Amino acid sequence: MTEPLLRVRDLKTYFVTEHGSGTARAVDGVSFDVYPGETLGVVGESGCGKTVTSLSILRLIPEPPGHIRPGSFIEFEGRNLLTLAPKELRAVRGNRIAMIFQEPMSSLNPVFTVGYQVAEAAIVHQGLSRRAARARAIEMLTLVGIPDPGERVDHYPHQMSGGMRQRVMIAMALICHPQLLIADEPTTALDVTIQAQILELLDRLQRELGMAVMLITHDLGVVAGSADRVVVMYAGQVVEQAPTAELFARPLHPYTEGLLASVPRLDTRVSQVRGRLHSIPGQVPAATAWPAGCRFHPRCRYAWDRCAMEEPPLLDSAGSEAGTHTVRCWLLTEPQRRDRHA
Amino acid sequence: MTQAPLVQVEGLVKRFPGERALFGLGRARRTVHAVDGVSFAIAAGQTLGLVGESGCGKSTVGRTILRLIEPDAGRVTLGGADVVALRGHELRALRRRMQIVFQDPYGSLNPRMTVRQTLAEPLAIHRLATGAEAKRRGAALLEEVGLDPAYAAAYPHELSGGQRQRVGIARALSVEPQFLVLDEPVSALDVSVQAQVLNLLADLQRKRRLTYLFIAHDLAVVKHIADDVAVMYLGKIVERAPATGLYAGPRHPYTTSLLSAVPVPDPKAQRQRIVLQGEVPSPAAPPAGCPFNPRCPHPKKNDRCRTEPPALREVAPGQFAACHFAEEPM
Repeated sequence: MTEPLLRVRDLKTYFVTEHGSGTARAVDGVSFDVYPGETLGVVGESGCGKTVTSLSILRLIPEPPGHIRPGSFIEFEGRNLLTLAPKELRAVRGNRIAMIFQEPMSSLNPVFTVGYQVAEAAIVHQGLSRRAARARAIEMLTLVGIPDPGERVDHYPHQMSGGMRQRVMIAMALICHPQLLIADEPTTALDVTIQAQILELLDRLQRELGMAVMLITHDLGVVAGSADRVVVMYAGQVVEQAPTAELFARPLHPYTEGLLASVPRLDTRVSQVRGRLHSIPGQVPAATAWPAGCRFHPRCRYAWDRCAMEEPPLLDSAGSEAGTHTVRCWLLTEPQRRDRHA
Repeated sequence: MTQAPLVQVEGLVKRFPGERALFGLGRARRTVHAVDGVSFAIAAGQTLGLVGESGCGKSTVGRTILRLIEPDAGRVTLGGADVVALRGHELRALRRRMQIVFQDPYGSLNPRMTVRQTLAEPLAIHRLATGAEAKRRGAALLEEVGLDPAYAAAYPHELSGGQRQRVGIARALSVEPQFLVLDEPVSALDVSVQAQVLNLLADLQRKRRLTYLFIAHDLAVVKHIADDVAVMYLGKIVERAPATGLYAGPRHPYTTSLLSAVPVPDPKAQRQRIVLQGEVPSPAAPPAGCPFNPRCPHPKKNDRCRTEPPALREVAPGQFAACHFAEEPM
């Protein structure tokens, strides 16, 4: 088996809240790997810690109020990113690991041309001259499918549509050929036909450039179509992790199961879908007061007394190779309880 | 459907004058045809899903029907009453019968008002209840939308997104309307909460016999709630049909493409995905002929599509499409 490109172990990122009402444990003991060339989908709802996880990898968490707890470990290409000196870290950011964000308008600088912004990383990391940088920028704009790149290179972000801005963001991120691209909700702000274009573009670029992608999204449909493996997050923790086909065919965590059942779907007949959607009762708890025991137990239909008292570890699912399909749920030790609800 | 429609819209038009560049001193830009001759009807107790991408005019349709925006032309009736012609207190009386729920529950609730005040305001405006009676009705409404009446004293910032949207729905229901415009009511919500709110809307509809215009960009969500669906593109309805017909056999290439672009949460789904090229043109300069022609992937697209705008015509019982090749769908 190949070595992982990125290894995250027991990552804890906490925030001290403004009113002194406690500590928000936004990411609370997250571990996962990303292998070279693969797409890892990270799924979860608002407040589950998926974005804080990705920002922690690049050490973009503002300190204070945030801090990464001692004992956390993020290894990339054999080095612990959490102990790198600022200068060494800058050589990784935007160069070996790049990131694209949800909102392309607020992530682009309105007073610089898109050409300059696309080329900036190459100027900083590879010392390109102005002229060479401009040529590289045009090359990148062509690669991401922007029409008239020779003209667009001198445009400002406000002159472009949302879809075009996201293409610019992708060009910016990929100019140094990163080994890992972190894409945080890259298509959430876009219309569905433009989303399809961007997902197809990311797919093609990943194949051509051979990079790994960490795709962070709330959309299970996007994950199903793009990811090789999926990590499901809830309340600051990984609750389930599996290869994509396996996760969708055999979701084992009650949260994953509930999430899949609550998605309105197109691939069922109208007569079948009319009526009630499955929904998960209640709401996500606050990060300052995660429930004791299993963090999902107050919303879980299978929960019993053990779930309220003892926090489950990530357990291997029966019938799959150790470490490939792991689930943070006591049901795995007493599967007959699930059948009783069927 | 034999009963007369509750809501009837005919030839609705809304134009926005182009703004002048250079702080109002430059040349006037071209007029934007946000809504360009839209017609539909909704029977009492039914839901029409109005679908389209950003800028297609779907929200403008919803607001124009309620006269939150004045239409430039067209006829809108609610239970026979002419919405466009009414003025003053007659219009106010009619407004009691039609309400709106907005997408953004953060932006559409007053941050300085408690939930109780938010719910009491429409009752006071329409002189339906004040004081203890308003308080009692507020508590009953909260219960009806699945919120603990203890939340009456809360401010919007103390509520989650799903709770705020429930307050938005309760506010719309407070004056006991017959017709609700739901403008992207679940698109800002997380999946699990979205399902809760969609179920709530379905329950309320059954219980109160409400009629919905459900505006959304998400065809999968609309499939769950709508009896009929209308698809808009550049200010026009390009396809309109009962939900069963539209989802099983779309006749307009735009509907077909939209349906194929929605990601399906099933990795085994072997779908033929149509990725549309280009973007929606500016509604200030729509293309000649069929507005969809520059992006249309239909193999038979020809010169006629570039010159002659197709009419919305019935191509199957109850199913209308504005495409020259609607008989040969993709």
